[in-house]
Amino acid sequence: MITVTDLRKVYRQGKKEVVALDGVTLSVPKGSIHGIIGHSGAGKSTLVRCLTLLDRPTSGSVNIDGTELSSVRDSEIRAARRRIGMVFQHANLMDSRTAAGNVAHPLELVKTPKDKTRAKVAELLKLVGLEGFENAYPSQLSGGQRQRVGIARALASDPDVLLCDEPTSALDPATTDEILDLIQDLTRRLQLTVLIITHEMHVVKRVCGSVSLLARGRVVEAGELADVAAELDSKLARALLPLPASEPIKGALQAGPVLEILFSGESAKEPVLTSVARHFDIDLNVLAGSVETLAGQQFGHLRVQLAENVDYDSVVGYLRDRGISAKVVDTAVVPSDPADFAPETPGFAAETGDLK
Amino acid sequence: MNEIFSNPVLAKALPEAIVETLQMVGISAFFTVLVGLPLGVFLHATAPGGLRPMPVVNRIVSDIVVNITRSIPFAILMVALIPLARLLVGTSLGPVAASVSLSIGTIPFFARLVEACLRDVHHGKIDAAQVMGSTRMQVINKVMLPESLPALVAAATTTVVTLVGYSAMAGLVGGGGLGKLAYNYGFQRFDVTVMIVTIVLIIVLVQVIQLTGEWISRSLDHR
Repeated sequence: MITVTDLRKVYRQGKKEVVALDGVTLSVPKGSIHGIIGHSGAGKSTLVRCLTLLDRPTSGSVNIDGTELSSVRDSEIRAARRRIGMVFQHANLMDSRTAAGNVAHPLELVKTPKDKTRAKVAELLKLVGLEGFENAYPSQLSGGQRQRVGIARALASDPDVLLCDEPTSALDPATTDEILDLIQDLTRRLQLTVLIITHEMHVVKRVCGSVSLLARGRVVEAGELADVAAELDSKLARALLPLPASEPIKGALQAGPVLEILFSGESAKEPVLTSVARHFDIDLNVLAGSVETLAGQQFGHLRVQLAENVDYDSVVGYLRDRGISAKVVDTAVVPSDPADFAPETPGFAAETGDLK
Repeated sequence: MNEIFSNPVLAKALPEAIVETLQMVGISAFFTVLVGLPLGVFLHATAPGGLRPMPVVNRIVSDIVVNITRSIPFAILMVALIPLARLLVGTSLGPVAASVSLSIGTIPFFARLVEACLRDVHHGKIDAAQVMGSTRMQVINKVMLPESLPALVAAATTTVVTLVGYSAMAGLVGGGGLGKLAYNYGFQRFDVTVMIVTIVLIIVLVQVIQLTGEWISRSLDHR
């Protein structure tokens, strides 16, 4: 279990103080995967550097299974680091070492006997599905295989916490899923506590049990995936269940009130729309929708337009009585990214396709 | 062809000159790597943002020792270091004495090349090693040096080729070797055959060093 409490990091740039982390608090129970999502400049990299003690936090604490990391003395820093296994975006393997040599690297540092190292390396490579690649150099491996070696290396010191910094951002979609499934599988088998730092919502959707949204050095929203996704007004829900940006349909229904509806869990099993139509004897038109399974639950996010002159307040009330979030929005057009955690560079959202 | 074999100077002095040149290059290459490599590591590690930043010491070593030594023309440095050679090896003549000034002339050069090689090691690899719990020495020995080894071999090759050139110059001030042969007989006595043969030999020596170095560097490179 890892607990981060009110972590602050202030950098000095000349006379100016730059607050990179502004009181980050989060907690990840053993055996679960927590996603930290945010755009460039949100403080993700600083958080990683503080968690691995590459940078000392200005204040606040990082605690792993009761051991306080942020207050260890410099002489104990190396032992403390060995409790955290780290997976990097570009694997960061040594080109001069074979796959086996790379995995053996952390073991060499503490002078593990040769035969013990060999056995451990073979076991780890098997664990990540790279049996038979012992003697391959990183240049002979694919991106996904390199990342598998990186994961095996991170696990070599039997860490309690696995810290993954954009582990799939350099991989293609199919390989991304393979690596994420591997991380999930290892989390269960080894009872790891995993933190995945990413800017891809897909990563969060696929493996994370809980998630924090980091923006400007603060955790803006956080919670279990199923909970945050069920909040109609949360940024994370909008990012997890994005509605495709749409133009008003010409010649469609007359301009009636537009509702946004979010159903989850049990309520997702109900035929909501048709029951509304029957109950109020009205027609409705689906403008945009997104249906996903997150953390094993069904979620749906819809934007529907009612016919003119419908008493929409009673429709909203009817839906809410059935445990479905609903609200009236003033336009049928799905707006583009809200300004609050919009990327600083305009091309970014389009490039990643996430965090709408 | 016949002229080469019948030339009395070549028959008598060439074998000795070749040995002397190889001695000078060999001895000074050994000491250049022995001292230049740690010096380069030191320059890199103590630089701002390095493994152990020491701004003041780094400035002193980098600016004063390395840059000043490198800005003195080698021909002058060699003459200036004659007393030092006498102090260290007891004589100012011969290839061993010349190796003193040759080494001192090329150590800063090689150290700069080493520094550049280490700077090229991707920072992510050093982060990875530190997160694993490496000591600074382990980062240097297990990451920086092995990862830059192909580049270091290439740098050493360049340095040894430079040494061949310098050793010819050292021949003029008492070092002996092919440089002395070319100057004393080829230039001052207008013996064209001696001149051509020594030049060809130096070219061959440089080629052999360069090709061997490249081959070693390539065979070490797993990127």
